[in-house]
Parts: sequence; C-alpha cells; structure tokens
Amino acid sequence: MKKTGLFALALSLGMAAALGAASAQTTLRMTWYSDGAEGDVMKDLLARFEAKNPDIKVALDQVPFKAINENLPVQLAAGQGPDIARVVDMGGVAQYALDLRPHLKDAAYWEANFGPFLEWMRQPGDTASIPGYMTQLTVTGPLVNKTLFEQAGVPLPGAKATWEDWAKAAKAVADKTKAPYPIAVDRSGHRFYGVAVSMGSTMVGADGKLTPVDEGFKRAAQMIVDWHKSGVMSKELWGSVSGSAYRGANEEFKNAQVPFYLSGSWQIGQFDKTVGDAFDWIAAPTPCGPANCSGMPGGAALVAIKTTKSPKEVARVMEYLASEDVLTEFYARTLFVPGHIGIAKKGVAYQGASKQAAAALKVFGDQVGALAPAAYAIQGNPFSRIVFNAAISRLGQAIAGEGTLDQAYERVAADVAQQVAERLKK
Amino acid sequence: MSSTQAPTQAAPKPAREGLGGRVVAAALGLFDAPMAWLQRALGLGAMPYAFLAPNVLFFGVFVFLPIAINLVYAVTGGVNIYPSQRPFVGADHFRALGDCASFLDPATCREDHFWRGVRNTLVFTFFQMIAMVGSALVTALVLNRRIVARGFFRAVFFFPVLLSPVVVALIWKWILQRDGLLNAALVAAGGEKILFLVEPTWAMAWAIFVSVWAHMGFYTLILLAGLQAIPADIYEAAEMDGTPPTRVFWRLTLPLLWPNLVVVLVLVLIRGVQTFDEVFVLTGGGPGTATLMVVQYIYETAFANPVQNFGLAGAASILLGALLFALTMLQLALARGKSKEARA
Repeated sequence: MKKTGLFALALSLGMAAALGAASAQTTLRMTWYSDGAEGDVMKDLLARFEAKNPDIKVALDQVPFKAINENLPVQLAAGQGPDIARVVDMGGVAQYALDLRPHLKDAAYWEANFGPFLEWMRQPGDTASIPGYMTQLTVTGPLVNKTLFEQAGVPLPGAKATWEDWAKAAKAVADKTKAPYPIAVDRSGHRFYGVAVSMGSTMVGADGKLTPVDEGFKRAAQMIVDWHKSGVMSKELWGSVSGSAYRGANEEFKNAQVPFYLSGSWQIGQFDKTVGDAFDWIAAPTPCGPANCSGMPGGAALVAIKTTKSPKEVARVMEYLASEDVLTEFYARTLFVPGHIGIAKKGVAYQGASKQAAAALKVFGDQVGALAPAAYAIQGNPFSRIVFNAAISRLGQAIAGEGTLDQAYERVAADVAQQVAERLKK
Repeated sequence: MSSTQAPTQAAPKPAREGLGGRVVAAALGLFDAPMAWLQRALGLGAMPYAFLAPNVLFFGVFVFLPIAINLVYAVTGGVNIYPSQRPFVGADHFRALGDCASFLDPATCREDHFWRGVRNTLVFTFFQMIAMVGSALVTALVLNRRIVARGFFRAVFFFPVLLSPVVVALIWKWILQRDGLLNAALVAAGGEKILFLVEPTWAMAWAIFVSVWAHMGFYTLILLAGLQAIPADIYEAAEMDGTPPTRVFWRLTLPLLWPNLVVVLVLVLIRGVQTFDEVFVLTGGGPGTATLMVVQYIYETAFANPVQNFGLAGAASILLGALLFALTMLQLALARGKSKEARA
C-alpha cells in the first residue's frame, strides 16, 4: 500500500513536471516562402536550434510567394500576423516590424554586418531600429544560354556591352536557332528598374519628391516597347496578362527557348538543378545604359513582427539564425548571394554548386559592388513597390496596344499619386 | 391549453409498417418532447420564427453582416483593416469610380481598369449567354431523343461540370499555349502557330468557349428535366395533326420549356457577371486588359496591389451587386410577363 502510494506520488510529480515544462515552452510562428531549397535548409537549422533551446519551438509555416505579398499584409494590419516573417516588400512591412535592439546581446554586430540593408526595413525617419536581417541579397542581371550563342556562331558581347549590343546579338541567335524569345525579361517592375537605373532613372527628383516617370524611366520604357515591336521580346511575357501580375521566363529558359534572360541571382540554384548539363549557361554583367551598368539590388529579409507576445524569444531565434556560422551555412546550402557584409567579404564556399553555378554566383557577387547608389536608394524607397507595380501594369497595356507610351506615363504618375495618398490617409 | 395538445393531435402515424417504419417513427418521436416544450415556451404563433431562426442567423452572419461591413469600407479610406481606424470619406470612392469623360471609352475614366472590367464583363456575359443557352438547348433536345448510348452521352456532357474551374482553365491553357496541343495539331496540318492567349480577340473568344465547355452540362440537365416534364400526349396530338417539327418546336416545346429557360438565363447571366476564377487562371486578365473582369479588378484593388484599397474595392463591389440585382429583377419581370402570356 505504501509502495503504491509512493508510486502514485512520483507519477503525479512527474506528470506535473512534464506539464510544467510543456507550458513553459514558447511556440513562435514563422511565415516563410521559398524560391528553391531554402525552406528545407531553414527547417534543418530550426531543428538544431530547438534541440539546444527546448523552451522555444518554432512552427515554420511555408506559404507561396503570392501569400507573402497579398495575405501577410492583411494579417499584419489586423494584428494577427506571425512572430517572424520572410518578406520582400520590406518598406511596406516596416510599420509592423519589431525593433529587436532592446533584446539583442550584440546590436553592434547587426549594425556592422547588415547596416546598409537595415535601411530598407525601416520606416521613413527611422535611422536606428533593427527589425531583422537579409536571408538573401539579390541582384538583377542576365542569364545567357551560351550553347545557343555557340550554335548560332554569334560571339558573346563583352563585359561593357550595351543593351543594344545584347539585343542585336540575341536576335541574331534567335533567328538562327529558331528560339522564340530572343530576349526575355521577367514581367516585374523591379526587373524593369534593373534596366531603368542604367538609363539614368532615380525615381526621386532633385527636389526629393517621388518622381516615378523621369527621363531614365522613359528611355527604358521606350526600349522595351521597341523590342516588342521589332520581335526582340515576345508579347507572351509582358503583354499576355493584366495588372501587376508577375510572369517569369524560367520555364522558357530551361527549355532552351531564350538566348538572353534578364532575371537575377535567385535563379541560380534552380537552374543549376533543372538545366543540369542540357546546355551551358552563364551569368553576364548587367548591360550598360547611358548612365551606368547597374542593375537593381533586392532580396528577402527575415523580420520580427511587433505584435509578438514573446519578443525575447523571437530575438533569441533571430540571433541564432543571423549568427555568422549559421548564416554562412544557410547561404552556402541555398546558393544565395550573402546579405551579410562580413560573410560577403570572406566569401562563401557554396555546397554542391556546379562549376557554372559557382561562376554565375561570382558574376552576381561582383555586380553587388558595381550597383549605382540610385539603385540602392530606389530599393530602399518605401513607395518603390507602388511605382514598380504601376509601371508594369501600364507598360503592359502599352505593349498590348492599349494606348500610347505617353498615356502610360500619365497613368503611372496618376496611379502612384493615388496609391501613395491612400496609404498616407489617416 | 390547445397549444400543449397540438403536437399530440398532429402526431403522424408511421407511413410504413415493419421494422424500418417503426425505427423512423421512434426517431421522429424523439423530437416530440423538445418540440412540445418549445411550443409551450414560445406559443404556437412564434413557432415558424423559431424554425426560421437558425437560417436567418446563418444568413445574417455570413451574408448580411459582410454586406454591412462592405458598406462601411466603401465610405471609409486608408489601408487600415479595422473600421474604427479608417477615416470617413463619404462617397469619394463612388465618385472616383464614376469619374469618366465618356463611359463608352474607359481610357477617359479615372479608374479606367474598372470600366474596362465592366465592358469586358458585359461582352463576356452577352456572348457567353447566347452560346451557353443555345448549346445547352440543342444538347438537351438531342439527349431527349431516343439515341444510342444516351446515358453515356448525358454523362459525357455533364462530366466537365464536376471539374474545378482552376483545373478546367489549366487544362485549356496547356492546350492553347504556344507549344500546346492545338498549335501542335495546326503545325502538323501544315499551318502556323497562333498565339491564342496573346491576341485580344482570340483570348476573349477562348475565355467564352472554355466557360461554355465547363458549365454547359449543368444547364443542359435543367433543360432536359424541363423537356421530360412536357406530356408526351401533346406531341402525339401534334403528330396526328401533321404539325411540322419546326412548328412543334416554336409553338409547343419552347413555350412549355420557358420556365426552365428563364431559370437557365438568370443563372447564366449571374454567373457571367461573377466570372473570375476560370478567366483569371486562363488569361490573367490579359492580353493588356482584354479579359480583365470586374471581379478581378475588385480582387486586385483589395488584395494584389501593394496599397490594398479596400474602400475602392468595396465601392466597386456595391456597384456590381446593384447591377446583379437589377439584372435579376429584369429577368424575373420578363419571366412573369411570359408566364402570364402563356396562361392567357
């Protein structure tokens, strides 16, 4: 009887301890999207974190990219967002981001290694907060099907080649190889600005006011429209859908239908896997315009959300993920251009990357240093996504034959003004 | 007193004897006590309202409340979700939507995408209605005859109705794209590839075709039911009188089928105005804005743009709702007029 009583007491204490431990565990929700294999890598890293920190559990909610831009802002505005989220519209989400500084052990590490990119995550006027870190720095630039150029006997334009040089060469290749898309450019405002910056666009006028349609914008728009008219670009990308819908040419590039594809560094991982040895492809430096040879920077950031009930635990997760060792492993396994200055300086030994993927990563890595200051400023402008979307929507209409370019310019300016006013309405 | 006795008096006898009948009667009997209690508590006069209450509550929460919230959004601005945080802007959103130099030319309108959506929706609905009703009627007439493998053909025409609109659109997208099945057939036949989803007229025509292909089976079923309800002796009498088949169709079949045709017309019209998923997946609203529908405009304004303008989208929804209501009333009025004519 005595033994039974002791056993019952021990069992009760054990259960109470277990329940206590379970209730002491904090569950954090992380909303995440993937371009390639980074979701699996993150899952792996989080599992290791949880093993070392049993008081924290991180539930990784993997969602489509579309949900990050369309659903997450609604969740955040309703105060029902996750604790941590991977976002691309950093300026748009800035108002919901948590300043991690009070909870970080070493804020100086963050300033030193993520400093230039932290500006993209802050609200206008804020020069100090630390909302998160870059999971990936991206650079727009061309991916070239080298095999098609060789088959056509057309030499690849050199490092300082202009847009016109590439257009002429790509058209010659397409004519000889029957490739249906001489040049493909992602249907994205960000990619359009990858051209517009080299044409001299700054998005902000000398008076500091948002000026979506400047001379650089017009030069780039005219060139894109002319390319559609002359058959250098097919209407299937920019002219086939409406509004600001994104349309990439990944499938067409993989199927060797595109000699010159203007996209960016984030495609390397998937092309390395999917193209394999079907053909040789390379990354080329951004073609030059009259202003410079700069593309656009971009990327994705992991940010803490201020509605979290566990800011300290969120900071611990973020500190772990942003630490140099963990982040180096993350970049190496995902084939991403590092968004951490220290790691970028040391270089990343990419795991499992083929020779051509490693070469392409080097080209894009070198491009980071060649980006124009205007490109960084545009990416950091809190209204840049509004301009990107208006530009792609209206240029798409002009390409499809719904009005002239001048009408498109007027509409871009009006759309931007209306949406900025709506966002600022209190 | 009478109210307490009513259930006992009204207790139904089992419809069928035997074990099954007794089980059903016993199961129904379980409700007697709570119903009697409810009737005692509320009184006989309130019982219909008690039965209606669950449905009214359901509609209230899921239909009328969202309509009321939509109204609130339509008269408030900004990007905040909670109505209390949204500034009152009155009819600003409606004024923005109505700001047009000429309603016949969307390019002159401030919200040109809305008016392009309205124009496309009207064009889509009109041609889709003609094609849908026409093909459903012809198919129903053929399937009502004694043909070989009638059951099989009925199933074949109904099968696409079972598919998800997204699946339908994706299947047809694969068929219609540059390297799709149709272009492969064209090339095999010695023709040139046609970019069906890049040319505005082709894109709209295919959007209508795909919609008709996907939904015709449902409307055929309604018309087939109507045809089978027409008494055979009327046709026998017409045959004995030597009435030509075309006259039989115009003078007998069509008037007697009219109530079903009105149902089909109303349903096709409402569905046409609400069209979104199939066309969105098939064409994305393009090329340009050639197949952009009103519902897509509302969706993009509220959710897909970086500035989620719930107010403008709410105002557009209200205008769309008003249009749907007006069209339904018009159709019902026409139906009543025809019914009276038929009775006379």
